[in-house]
Amino acid sequence: MMETEKVISAKELTKRFGAFTAVDKITFDVQKGEIFGFIGANGAGKTTAMRMLCGLSLPTSGLATVAGFDVYKQNEQIKKHIGYMSQKFSLYEDLTIRENIRFYAGIYGLDEEQIKEKTAKLLRQLRMEGQDKTLVRALPLGWKQKLAFSIAIVHDPAIVFLDEPTGGVDPITRREFWSLIYEASARGITIFVTTHYMDEAEYCNRVSIMVDGRIDALDTPANLMKQYAATSMDGVFLQLARKAVRTGD
Amino acid sequence: MRMLKFLLWKELIQIYRDPSIIMILFIMPMIQLLILPLAADYEIKNINLGVVDHDHTEYSRKLVNKVVSSGYFRLKDYSPTFQQGLKAIESDKTDLILEIPPHFERDLVKENQASLFVAVDAVNGVKAGLGGAYIQRIIQGDNQDIRTQWMPEQRLNPQPVIEVTTADWYNPNMNYRVFMVPGILVMLVTMIGSSFASNNIVREKEMGTIEQINVSPIKKMQFILGKLIPFWMLALVVLTVGLLIARFVYGIVPLGHYITIYIFATIYLLAILGLGLLLSTYAQTQQQSMLVSFFVTMIFNLLSGLYTPIESMPAWAQMITRFNPVSYFIEVMRMVMLKGSGLADIKYQILALVGFAVFFNSWAILNYRKRSG
Repeated sequence: MMETEKVISAKELTKRFGAFTAVDKITFDVQKGEIFGFIGANGAGKTTAMRMLCGLSLPTSGLATVAGFDVYKQNEQIKKHIGYMSQKFSLYEDLTIRENIRFYAGIYGLDEEQIKEKTAKLLRQLRMEGQDKTLVRALPLGWKQKLAFSIAIVHDPAIVFLDEPTGGVDPITRREFWSLIYEASARGITIFVTTHYMDEAEYCNRVSIMVDGRIDALDTPANLMKQYAATSMDGVFLQLARKAVRTGD
Repeated sequence: MRMLKFLLWKELIQIYRDPSIIMILFIMPMIQLLILPLAADYEIKNINLGVVDHDHTEYSRKLVNKVVSSGYFRLKDYSPTFQQGLKAIESDKTDLILEIPPHFERDLVKENQASLFVAVDAVNGVKAGLGGAYIQRIIQGDNQDIRTQWMPEQRLNPQPVIEVTTADWYNPNMNYRVFMVPGILVMLVTMIGSSFASNNIVREKEMGTIEQINVSPIKKMQFILGKLIPFWMLALVVLTVGLLIARFVYGIVPLGHYITIYIFATIYLLAILGLGLLLSTYAQTQQQSMLVSFFVTMIFNLLSGLYTPIESMPAWAQMITRFNPVSYFIEVMRMVMLKGSGLADIKYQILALVGFAVFFNSWAILNYRKRSG
């Protein structure tokens, strides 16, 4: 069965900055095709954990493989098979929508034919067909984020890492964003997403909750709600987050 | 290499869309090259002269006339006493006092010798030094005239006089523009190389786009080449604009080949861009990179031999200039422009610049990390 294929596997993965342990021995697996939620308060270590998996940050100790590659030695291999959308908005503001698509598709090795095809498909999907010559600078935030996500998966990666992709946008745009995520997931792309919106946590297949750099709970949203006798993910999160000693940033 | 194509394409669009680039490409070289060489030359003119004449004779007036008609001095003050003349210097009206003692004419005619007194305001050292020297030369010339006029032929030169004649080679008219324009051009190209390239990379850091690059399979080398090549081209365009201005505005045609200049500039830019790249790997914000590159280019320019001859610097400063890529380019520019030097004549400078290029670029590549520790 496809479901049992692990695309991310972390074992006691740790990151220390001096005396501060940002990520403390986290162990988890992500199955292929899953939407895996990474939940936690600000400063819980979500972004650091994600950056280690993407090959942007060197782990202090522990083991991890992403798409079958080792995070220590094969980090450049990993990069060919993942997409990444950072918290900090990362399209080129002085390029148009079309140029951004072309640039990112190009650096992931797509040829001109594929770029053309992808661009048309992507513009249609985002309903931005008439606007392909608009500079990204001029787009509303919600549009930018949807575009950034579509560009992050333009090369059909095995996994896409999303770091708080919906921060600061309205509920309607968030819904639209999530429908893009479902669509990508349906195409077989594994989604690894951090968020602190609890309603979004409920959209995930499985959720891990990070507190002070540790994973304190990891299960499907339904099971977590049962386990913590809560009616929503909000209730689960509050019970766990209360134990936190670290304060958010 | 395909990735490099996309990196270059993106960089060129960004440069094309940035209005400040046009400024840098055309306005900056024009202003620097059209205004600076005309204003900033070493010749001192318009020295304000104060005269205190106690003699009031034909000779004293002749002397003053001679000084003023040299074109370097403007008679601004004519005081009856030295004290009053000094007041004019204090109030900045004059830079220099020529005091002619009483009986100047009489002493000259009767005793064959007379003394003059020159007091110089040395607040502006250059003006004072040169002004003093000019006036001495003029008076000496006048002296000669009087001697020829007054002494019978056979009694001329009672003591041997060694006359020094100078011939100014390579720049026979001592034209300062010929000397300054190539230097200013080097400064321009240096600024574009060091600060614009480093600022560009740091901007990607600030915008967060560099993280998107770091998480992609782009190789370090490709990324760095993708930044080097566009700015390298840009700097060569500026060099070309500058050389055109030099040719058509100042009529400066290099005695050597343009190709020699371009070959050297190509290597030079690799070194300077490497330096810019290196700065960008350390700086986190554009302010930081601006300040540091401003500081570095200022030191480089001041110690480059553009404004002050390297040979007259103290030994330790001369040592520093050997580690200053700018000084090599200025030297080469002047050699090629004025002396017509070819590649064989500048091989030592080329070698030095290759060294700089390798040094700065390897350091930059080592220090640029796609993954943080």
